[in-house]
Amino acid sequence: MILNRSWEERVNTIEKGGPDKYHEANEAKGKLFVRNRLALLFDHGEWREDGKFANGDAEGLPADGVITAIGKIQGKTACVMANDSTVKAGSWGAKTVEKIIRIQETAEKLKVPLFYLVDSAGARITDQIEMFPGRRGAGKIFYNQVKLSGMIPQICLLFGPSAAGGAYIPAFCDVVMMVDGNASMYLGSPRMAEMVIGEKVSLEEMGGAKMHCSISGCGDVLVKSEEEAIEQAKKYISYFPSNFEQKTDNQDSREPMVLEKSLSDLIPENQNAPFDMHQFIKGLIDENSFFEMKALFAKELITGFARIDGKPVGIIANQPKQKGGVLFHDSADKAARFITLCDAYHIPLLFLADVPGFMIGTRVEKAGIIRHGAKMISAMSEATVPKISVVVRKAYGAGLYAMAGPAFEPDCCIALPSAQIAVMGPEAAVNAVYANKIQSLPEEERPAFIQEKRKEYQENIDIYRLASELIVDAIVPADELREELVNRFDMYGSKKQIFSDGKHPVYPV
Amino acid sequence: MKKVQTTMAGNVWKIQVSVGDEVKMGDEVVILESMKMEIPISAEEEGIVDEIIVEEGTFVNEEDVLLTLK
Repeated sequence: MILNRSWEERVNTIEKGGPDKYHEANEAKGKLFVRNRLALLFDHGEWREDGKFANGDAEGLPADGVITAIGKIQGKTACVMANDSTVKAGSWGAKTVEKIIRIQETAEKLKVPLFYLVDSAGARITDQIEMFPGRRGAGKIFYNQVKLSGMIPQICLLFGPSAAGGAYIPAFCDVVMMVDGNASMYLGSPRMAEMVIGEKVSLEEMGGAKMHCSISGCGDVLVKSEEEAIEQAKKYISYFPSNFEQKTDNQDSREPMVLEKSLSDLIPENQNAPFDMHQFIKGLIDENSFFEMKALFAKELITGFARIDGKPVGIIANQPKQKGGVLFHDSADKAARFITLCDAYHIPLLFLADVPGFMIGTRVEKAGIIRHGAKMISAMSEATVPKISVVVRKAYGAGLYAMAGPAFEPDCCIALPSAQIAVMGPEAAVNAVYANKIQSLPEEERPAFIQEKRKEYQENIDIYRLASELIVDAIVPADELREELVNRFDMYGSKKQIFSDGKHPVYPV
Repeated sequence: MKKVQTTMAGNVWKIQVSVGDEVKMGDEVVILESMKMEIPISAEEEGIVDEIIVEEGTFVNEEDVLLTLK
């Protein structure tokens, strides 16, 4: 019977996906059918598909639950793998895994970006011997992802669950867009957690999109809908070359957004008062060109792509409005990851420092702030793309180092006229150095003494003195900073450097 | 019960609200002093200040409850 079916009939059956009830269930959750997702992602809704007839002899497994395709996205060739959650909940059988491995191999050969549209319950236990442990089993997917990392952009759009082993697909991608309410990542489901460890928890709380985008840091961009996820993925890829051997594309230069305050007025005179670094960034970059990564995670550090004079840059900026801009273990981790991403694809780095240092105290020591901080410093040191370090207001202690201070071979270290660079701020320094002396003075004489010592300290760390000692390369007023950056990034474009002849550093992760 | 928690360890420097005050999401309710910086703490939801648990000058750890809202 099956043998007699025409090509057309077979294709129609496959293109319908799984049973109607699963289509209806998806629709109720605001989820699109996988082929409609692809139609939005690919230019003109067109793609070439391999393995469409995979498992065609079996009933109810159209394309074996995954579409692997190649087409144009934003005018450039790209590969895609997309789970079909209407087919056995998007679970992986032997052919599913083989198809995913093959599209990875195609992306590797063609050196083009690979998009993973994930919506899958995980392995089909009934097929485990064929799809789980072997040389071309699911492990190979992750091995390939690691090998492709830094060679071609790998982008994950998480539309539904990515469960158990499947959760490593997003983990190995460069960026993960998560749809609020539908996307989730977890190793063991809530049902399993209750059975195995006795924990009662909801899926949303344990592995939902909001949690991963704000607490675990596994998600990068939280979106409201699938359409928005696809739109954001297209915007993201516009900052990237197709592979590590190519350069990024430039767009037409745009003037920055006009702000209520000038950049110099934005920075408060009081070193300790907060201000919004997002505003400062807006005043520097081409209007509407900012693409923030991990906006909801470790907010005390801002990471994101932008364009300056039409050219992509990666910005790492302390945010004094959140936790005083102090670096924490999570923010250091966030920075390390972002720097590595930019460096892999020739995206120059701009550091905007306003940092009181790394956080201190028992909590953060137990969380391993030293090794996370070391990880950030390691990633930043190793980055050989053009690096510009700007001390916007202050850079104290190891904060100066982590934000690409002079010892870390930035192409230049620029300070604003009001900037301060020191081991620690004046208050802390005077207390540290003169603690005994202050104690020995009569109480009424203390304020005057402290004031005088602070003034001496300020003079000692005066930014013009640091420029005179060749510690900073240039002092530039805030309102002239954009022009300075435009020119310098343009000139640093020819930089080509190899960090070390060693195989790779032993990363302090 | 709605509560406002600290984002990081530090000293309570200024309490900006009193019991009975109405607060909106994003309003600064307490300012901490930590790492020599002013750290504003905002309400993450709206409500009426029910109880202020800390005093100015006390040390608070990350995630300690500063005040409750109703």
